Amino acid sequence: MADQATFAEQAMPLMSSLYAAAVRMTRNAADAEDLVQETYLRAYRGFGGFEEGTNLKAWLYRILTNTYINMYRAKQRRPDETELDETEDLYLYRRLGGLEAAAASRSAEDELMDWFTDAEVKDAIESLPEQFRLAVLLADVEGFAYKEIAEILDIPIGTVMSRLHRGRKALQKRLYAFASERGLTGERFGEVPVPTTPTGQDAGSTDDPADSSGSGAPRPVLAE
Amino acid sequence: MGDQHHDHDHEAGCEEALAELYTFLDGELTEERRLTIRRHLDDCTPCLEAFDFEAELRLVIRHRCSEEVPDSLRAKVADQLEQLARLTGEPGSSGAPRRGAGDALAGPDGRS
Repeated sequence: MADQATFAEQAMPLMSSLYAAAVRMTRNAADAEDLVQETYLRAYRGFGGFEEGTNLKAWLYRILTNTYINMYRAKQRRPDETELDETEDLYLYRRLGGLEAAAASRSAEDELMDWFTDAEVKDAIESLPEQFRLAVLLADVEGFAYKEIAEILDIPIGTVMSRLHRGRKALQKRLYAFASERGLTGERFGEVPVPTTPTGQDAGSTDDPADSSGSGAPRPVLAE
Repeated sequence: MGDQHHDHDHEAGCEEALAELYTFLDGELTEERRLTIRRHLDDCTPCLEAFDFEAELRLVIRHRCSEEVPDSLRAKVADQLEQLARLTGEPGSSGAPRRGAGDALAGPDGRS
């Protein structure tokens, strides 16, 4: 049992991430404000049912999601059962990869950062059909575990995984569209060595060896 | 294991790694599976680069998605909670019980 008196103290610091999620969900600031306000109201009232010591953020996201669904799904025609086109694996990487080719001294992440603006990334997420959007948002932006997402969305873990899988690929497709609009694709990036492509085994091996120092590719993320 | 069949094993390893790319990056693999993939990545530059790309992309997505909470929203929610706390008789709700007890019931309608 949680004491309502401590609610504000614990829940207010989480507002920026709740608000950001609310904006992605509703796709506009005014609705997001209403959604966050309503979420805090409901959460306060239900706080007695929150089990102290469990994840408050996940608990609040569950309320946020349910509130969103209650408040806004009614407005939508057919929120469920949206399908996404099949997209190949590594969609973006196959097109924009080869980071080290372009990243002489900067980290690969800086490079990627430059490719997309805030607005593009937000737009790409918001373009996803609801069920995929929520899963991607909870996993990739908020960093929730599968189990937590399953609880927040009230769906089985297997469904979480398949929504993530397809949602992420669709997101990459959308991002790629932005990159091509701005002419980032094309001559700037050459052939990318891609795993499991039978013929691609030695792609690029005939390239100028003078630059072999660059093949050590920075690994900021998976370095350990 | 059989180094003679390296190419074949290696390709199988690539496929396996790719199939578990997201689960790996999500930190949701069992330790055993994680190590298997990790070992493959240590051996296979193309896979490592693909994994790195995906991992970095995720960081970019995360960093690019923040929003500034409007001050007015923060204030509205704080007020709302304070009011609720007073209405339900909680003395001094968490934060700062700024107003005197005198106007406890004088707040706006507290639309619900």
